[in-house]
Amino acid sequence: MAASTDITAPPTAQHGFVAHSHGNAPGDPVPVQSRAGWLSSFDPADFPVPNGREENWRFTPLARLRGLHAGAEASGAPSAVTIDAADGVRTELVDRGDARLGKVGVPEDRAAAQAWASFTKALVVTVPAELDASAPTTVTVEGQGGLGYAHVLVVAEHHSRGIVVLDHRGSATVSANVEIDVADGADLTVVSIQDWADDAVHLSAQRAVVGRDAKLRHVVVSLGGDVVRISPTASFSGPGGEVELVGLYFADAGQHLEHRLFVDHAVPNCTSNVVYKGALQGESAHTVWIGDVLIRAAAEGTQTYELNRNLVLTDGARADSVPNLEIETGEIVGAGHASATGRFDDEQLFYLQARGITEAQARRLVVRGFFNELIQKIGVPQIEERLNAAIEAELERSMALVGAGA
Amino acid sequence: MSVLEIRDLHVSVETEQGAKEILRGVTLTVRAGETHAIMGPNGSGKSTLAYSIAGHPKYTVTSGTVTLDGEDVLAMSVDERARAGLFLAMQYPVEIPGVTNSNFLRTAKTAIDGEAPKLRTWVKDVRSAMEGLKMDSSFAERNVNEGFSGGEKKRNEILQMELLKPRIAILDETDSGLDVDALKVVSEGVNRVLAGGEVGALLITHYTRILRYIQPDFVHVFVDGRIVEQGGPELADRLEAEGYDRFTTPATTGA
Ligand SMILES: Nc1ncnc2c1ncn2[C@@H]1O[C@H](COP(=O)(O)OP(=O)(O)OP(=O)(O)O)[C@@H](O)[C@H]1O
Ligand SMILES: [Mg+2]
Repeated sequence: MAASTDITAPPTAQHGFVAHSHGNAPGDPVPVQSRAGWLSSFDPADFPVPNGREENWRFTPLARLRGLHAGAEASGAPSAVTIDAADGVRTELVDRGDARLGKVGVPEDRAAAQAWASFTKALVVTVPAELDASAPTTVTVEGQGGLGYAHVLVVAEHHSRGIVVLDHRGSATVSANVEIDVADGADLTVVSIQDWADDAVHLSAQRAVVGRDAKLRHVVVSLGGDVVRISPTASFSGPGGEVELVGLYFADAGQHLEHRLFVDHAVPNCTSNVVYKGALQGESAHTVWIGDVLIRAAAEGTQTYELNRNLVLTDGARADSVPNLEIETGEIVGAGHASATGRFDDEQLFYLQARGITEAQARRLVVRGFFNELIQKIGVPQIEERLNAAIEAELERSMALVGAGA
Repeated sequence: MSVLEIRDLHVSVETEQGAKEILRGVTLTVRAGETHAIMGPNGSGKSTLAYSIAGHPKYTVTSGTVTLDGEDVLAMSVDERARAGLFLAMQYPVEIPGVTNSNFLRTAKTAIDGEAPKLRTWVKDVRSAMEGLKMDSSFAERNVNEGFSGGEKKRNEILQMELLKPRIAILDETDSGLDVDALKVVSEGVNRVLAGGEVGALLITHYTRILRYIQPDFVHVFVDGRIVEQGGPELADRLEAEGYDRFTTPATTGA
C-alpha cells in the first residue's frame, strides 16, 4: 500500500528474526526509555496530572477527557449493568475492601490509579476450576450519561475454560480497571467491546496475569465513542503460558481510538501473539496503536510476534502506529513485529470494478477482506456476527462519505 | 453483434513534469468474431490503450472517441464498461487480500448478469473452467491472486474471461510469464471463448509466439502511441523476422 502525507506512521516497519536486539545487548542495563521502568502505583497522587507531553499521554486529547485524568469526581447517572452468565459461572458485586481485588498488576497511569481510588463496587466474574463454559458470559454496561469509575475482576480458576464479554454502550464518561487472572491450565477469552454513543469517553486499563500452561485470548473491539483509550497489559506467572491479543477498530470523523499494549515476558517458554487492525474514515478520525513487548533476561524460550495494520479510507484521517520490542536475552525462539498503514488501494478498486463490481461493493469487499482473517481468529460466533454487522454499518457511513465526495 | 470503435484516441498521463501524451491518435474497429493482434515494442503505449478503454483513472483521454455498439464508453464508469461487455485481462493482475477467488468470481458474475447465477450450474461452470485451465481446485478458496505465480495469475484472468462472457475482450500480454505448456493451456482457454464467433478480441503482445495458438485476423503494428501499419497474419511473421526497427526510425516518430 502506498504511503501518503496524512499518514504519520512509517508506511512499513518490519522485522522478522530470531534473537534480534534493538540496540541493547543481553545483560546490558535497562535503557532509560525501557517499558520495565514505568512508574506504577495505586495512589493517584503519585502521578503528576498529565499535561500531554508525557510519553504515555502524548497522543491522547486530554481536553476531551472531562477530567478523568485529573481527579474529576463521579457525578450524574451511573451506567446500568446487566449480566447474562453462562451456566456455572459466578458473578458478584463486591465492596472495594474485597481481598481478591488489586492482585493483578498495579495501575501505570493517573487515570487508572484514580479509577482504583474512586470505584465503590466491583464486579467479580469467576469461572470455577475445571468448568468448561463454552457459552459467553456477557456483561452489558449501558451508559446513562454520568461520570464514574469502575472495577472488574475476571478470574478463570485452574483448568477452566470460559468466555467473558464486556459490552459497552450508551453515553458515559468512565475510567476503569479490569483485572484478568488466568490460573494454571485455564483457557479464557475476554472480549471488550466499545460500541458507545458518539459522546462517550472511556479509559480502561486491562491487566492480565497468565499462569502455567494457561491461555488468554484478549479481544478488543472499538467502534463508538468520542475518546476510547484501552490499555491491555499481559504478564506470565508460570512457564508455558500463551497470550493472544486481538484488536479491531473502526474510527469515524472526529473519533479518537487509542490502544496501548504491553506484553511483559519475564518467565521462560511463553508465547504472545498480537494482531490489531483498524480502519479510519472521515475528517480527523484518529487511531493510535502502541505495541510494547519486553523480553526480560529470564524469559528464555520466548516466542512473540506483533502486527498492526491500518487502512485509511478517506483523506483527513490519521493513524499512529508504534511497535516496540525490547529484548534482554538472546535465548529466545523468535520475536518480530510489523506495522503498516496504507490508504485504500485504488488498484484493487480498479481491478474489481473492471469486473463489473460497483465502487461501493468493491470497497465493501476490500474492507471486509482486510478484517476477515482477524474476525475468524476471535472464535466466538456471536461476536463474529456482531462484528460483521458493525463493519457493514460502518461501511454504510463510508459510502455516504465517498458519495458526498469527502 | 458487438462493435468496439476507437476513433483518433489521444491519451495522456500526469507526470511530475506535467501531462505527457502517450496515445497520439489511435483508430481501430473490433467486431464480434474478429481477433486483432496489437504488436509493438516496450513502452509504445499498448497497455495505455488497454487501460484507457477499461477506464483506469490514471489515464486522461484528451480527445477522440470510444464506442461500444454506438454507446459512449468514455462516459461510463469502470464497472459500467465491464457490464456493457468489455473485459480486460491485465498484464499485472492485482492481489486482493482477504477476498477469496470464488467469492470474487460470484460477485463479479452477479454484477455482470444483474442477477446471481444458479448455484448448481455455477459451481459446475467454475469447476470445469478451472479444469480446462489446469488450475487446481484450491485456487477457488485462495485469496484473489495473492501469492499466485505470474503464470497462475494469467490463468486466473482467462478463467474470469470464460466465466464472465464478455462481448469484447482485451488481453494485455497474456502470454508473458507463461512457459510453453502454460501458453498452450491458456491459448486453448481463449480459443474456447472466441470459438462461438460472438466475441471480438484485441490481443496485445510483444512476441508472435501466442499467435501460433490464437490465429489473428488482423495485425496492427503499434509504435510510439499509434498504429503505424496494419495487415493480416503474415505481418506478424514479418515482425518476428525483422523486429520493430523498421518502424522506429525518426520518420514515424515526428509529430
Ligand atoms: N506516470 C507516468 N509517468 C511518465 N511516463 C509514464 C507514466 N505512465 C506511463 N508512462 C509511459 O507511457 C509509456 C507507455 O507505457 P505502456 O505501459 O502503455 O507501454 P507498453 O507498450 O504496454 O509497454 P510494455 O511492452 O513494456 O508493456 C511508457 O513510455 C511509460 O514509461
Ligand atoms: Mg504493457
